[in-house]
Amino acid sequence: MRFVLVILSLFFSISGLAQSIEMADQMRANGKIYVVVAVLLIILIGLLVYLISIDRKVSRLEKNSPKK
Amino acid sequence: MKYWWKVLTVILLSYVLIAGLLVEVPRQIILYETIRNLYFHVPMWFSMIFLFFISVVYSVKSLSGTDLKHDRKAVELVNTGIIFGILGTLTGSIWAKFTWGAWWTNDVKLNGSAITMLIYLAYIVLRGSLEDEQKRARISAVYNIFAFVLLIVFIGILPRMTDSLHPGNGGNPGFNNYDLDDNMKLVFYPAVLAWILLGWWIATLRFRISNLQQNLFT
Repeated sequence: MRFVLVILSLFFSISGLAQSIEMADQMRANGKIYVVVAVLLIILIGLLVYLISIDRKVSRLEKNSPKK
Repeated sequence: MKYWWKVLTVILLSYVLIAGLLVEVPRQIILYETIRNLYFHVPMWFSMIFLFFISVVYSVKSLSGTDLKHDRKAVELVNTGIIFGILGTLTGSIWAKFTWGAWWTNDVKLNGSAITMLIYLAYIVLRGSLEDEQKRARISAVYNIFAFVLLIVFIGILPRMTDSLHPGNGGNPGFNNYDLDDNMKLVFYPAVLAWILLGWWIATLRFRISNLQQNLFT
């Protein structure tokens, strides 16, 4: 019985500890601004990847172009 | 690595987006969080002015020789600059609606930038109306130089001579009167550089494509 109590108290103290450790809780707090950051970052990176792919396509065309 | 600056562009833009939205900004009434627009709206104009300025450099080069390459560079820089100008106008309009209370005000800087945009659109129209390549290069180069002088007058000088809703205008020099704290400078200056680099990147791409077209059809 005492053993069980010790285990239980350990468990609760750990779970209590877990709550005080800072996790990604901020992700849901602060008016969810991080969601906006994520969305905008995806759009930005998507557009930049597109730009890079156009750049490479132009480079390929330049290589195959008749005169320099 | 000759494309290091493109890597820099990607890194800086990502930094600007993340830091621009998350870093602490001064708390001010009316503006509130929209103060963060400074990192996105203002660099549009800086990029536009940068691209137009480099375009003038190529127009001068084009006038001092017969190489049509400079002319093509000049026009592609203007084309890209116009895009940034349109983005600057649209973002400014939204910002104005929610801080000044109207989509468009009779602020000198707004009307000045609108006139400037029309001047540059006329440059594109003018080019399109000329058939002869050499003549087109010469006339549009001269026009481009005049256009940039007018830009300086309409965006740089006139807003400083009367009252304007924009900060740094109405007799004040540009930057010292911004309520830029150190946090904001840490984002704003990289933002200006990042957007200018992006504009330059797109302009060089356009120029390379127009070179390819030239090679194909002549």
